[in-house]
Amino acid sequence: MQQKSNQPDRDTQIEIYRRMALLKANDERSRKVVASGRLVMPYYSYRGQEAIPAAVTVNLTDDDYLCTIYRGVHDILAKGMPLKELWAESAGRVTGSCKGKGGPMHLTYPAKGVMVTTGIVGSSMPIANGLAWGAQLAGDGRIAVAMFGDGASNIGAFHESLNLASVWKLPVVFVCQNNLYAEHTAFEKGTSARRVADRGSAYNMPAVRVNGNEPLEVFGAAKEAVERARSGGGPTLIEAMTFRFHGHVFGDPDGYMDKAQKQAAMEADPVPRYRAKLVADGFVTAAQLDAMEAGIERELDAAVAFALDSPTPEISEMRRDVYAEEQAE
Amino acid sequence: MMEVAKVETAKASATKTATMLEAINMALADAMADDDKVLVLGEDVADTESGGVVGVTRGLSARFGDKRVRSTPISEQAIVGAAIGASMTGWKPVAEIMMMNFTTVAMDMIVNHAAKLRFMSGGQTSVPITIRTMTGVGLGSGGQHSDYLEAWFAHTAGMKVVAASNPADAYGLLRSCIEDPDPCLFIENLPSYWTPGAPPKRGERIPLGKARIAREGTDVTVVTYARMVDEALAAAEAVAKEGLSIEIIDLRTISPWDRDTVLASARKTGRVLIVHEAVKKFGVGAEIAADIGHALFGVLKKPVERLGAPFSPSPFSKPLETQFAPDRIRIGAAVAALAK
Repeated sequence: MQQKSNQPDRDTQIEIYRRMALLKANDERSRKVVASGRLVMPYYSYRGQEAIPAAVTVNLTDDDYLCTIYRGVHDILAKGMPLKELWAESAGRVTGSCKGKGGPMHLTYPAKGVMVTTGIVGSSMPIANGLAWGAQLAGDGRIAVAMFGDGASNIGAFHESLNLASVWKLPVVFVCQNNLYAEHTAFEKGTSARRVADRGSAYNMPAVRVNGNEPLEVFGAAKEAVERARSGGGPTLIEAMTFRFHGHVFGDPDGYMDKAQKQAAMEADPVPRYRAKLVADGFVTAAQLDAMEAGIERELDAAVAFALDSPTPEISEMRRDVYAEEQAE
Repeated sequence: MMEVAKVETAKASATKTATMLEAINMALADAMADDDKVLVLGEDVADTESGGVVGVTRGLSARFGDKRVRSTPISEQAIVGAAIGASMTGWKPVAEIMMMNFTTVAMDMIVNHAAKLRFMSGGQTSVPITIRTMTGVGLGSGGQHSDYLEAWFAHTAGMKVVAASNPADAYGLLRSCIEDPDPCLFIENLPSYWTPGAPPKRGERIPLGKARIAREGTDVTVVTYARMVDEALAAAEAVAKEGLSIEIIDLRTISPWDRDTVLASARKTGRVLIVHEAVKKFGVGAEIAADIGHALFGVLKKPVERLGAPFSPSPFSKPLETQFAPDRIRIGAAVAALAK
């Protein structure tokens, strides 16, 4: 049940779509470039999950913090990290945001609040708590968002984090992108709870399950959670139901995924569906969205070229940033 | 009341000693008083929970408030995660992981995150936290409450590892850890919390990465840290009666260790013994011994020797526990053998 006040206005709806279109195009480009062999990186496709970060992040400011996971490039892009720094980092180039030392699983961009990307399932949550605690102590009105998957709801870090966030009333929003697969294992095979959101009550935390493929539903839940966090009301758990169109990692033949389920999910692709809705609602014309998408493709062309044309870091970079002080040779 | 207070103050200044526990408490209090950004968190650390299970943080929450001194659930991952996140926003958290063995529960946060975020972010973020933890055999705690696990952390790029041998050092080193821009693990020896020593110099910072020559000598160099420094000093005193002159280096910081000071002493004596309470195999001593052996091949008069605990979990039964960590007797025997 969505309240009227939780509906985004026209501009916000178009912005949500812009982010979804950007994420979809970036994923398609990533798989294409990796398949071509021009860039070698571990790639965890998020295709199908675009609506969640797009609709969550329009409720945030650049100052709000984001902690996400290796399948989190969509979260990071939605939060505003520029494509050039992202692609250069993914290509291991010195022009990347982390000088090529982090890679696609450790993208970081504090200017837009992208504080931690972790390769460890569940570990976005304890650190998001800390960022939220820092904001709570400073009283600066910032909040933290932790993104994670359904698989992470079965690791200890989830339970420790939700408990602490609830006890300390931290300004944090836990967003579980339930894509029905924990790596290769189906959700119900590895999760005792029927719904991840059911676990919120164990921590005395407001929790809601939404259709993660419906941007307006995600927006409403996120808006309420963000307002609760900002006003001192403490944490919220959002479980956004979605589906991962591809295997766990690029190159994974996904034989463990139910073919009919996958087919149905891909046919219900949330990105074109939301596009059609915006046009049907008269918010925007198809021609305007065509132009927007063409602009995104041009930005991607430039970002990929920038990344591949950039130099790799000097070997001596392994002595720098290990500590504040550079290590001796 | 006034009379009693006066008498106690007079007594304290007459004895001019402090225990390790008092020194650490004083360092935390002084750091919090000097810098509003310093926070303390951990299990039972606030005064409503009696200021820690042995009282190291007693009085801090009463003085600095419950926001800056925060008792946590028994959730080591959440504790270190909270410290990491807060440190990235400009705070300087001192997280207490009660026993060193409990760091195992928080290893992902410490090793994969605290230690690596600066590097993996290309220097965009940093994690200036201090993790205080206590350990050590002697109180019959058995296999899961008394291990020295410093080698794991010293083996992790991005971590600094510190262990003080006396109250004044504990104060000065802890102050430096709290102000350090990188994550520091500060190891406290539980059985010697109540051992008195020279009082700290208030406000003193002892630089990290610099060793202290605890005793000068010419025949054998003993490289050690934490509680083993006292055992080595006692051994040196004993063998001095037999005419042996022992130089004792208290590393103070295990990583990065003070290679220059150690090599200078090793060059002088030509004989080196490394002593730690942790198990000998794959221990910190192996790294230091390899480095000395390589740097001073042909200069040393004897191969570098090591003393550490046997390759066993720390045992409970008293005769076993007593034999587990090196002691003054075995250190004395080892230096005598080296000096032959």
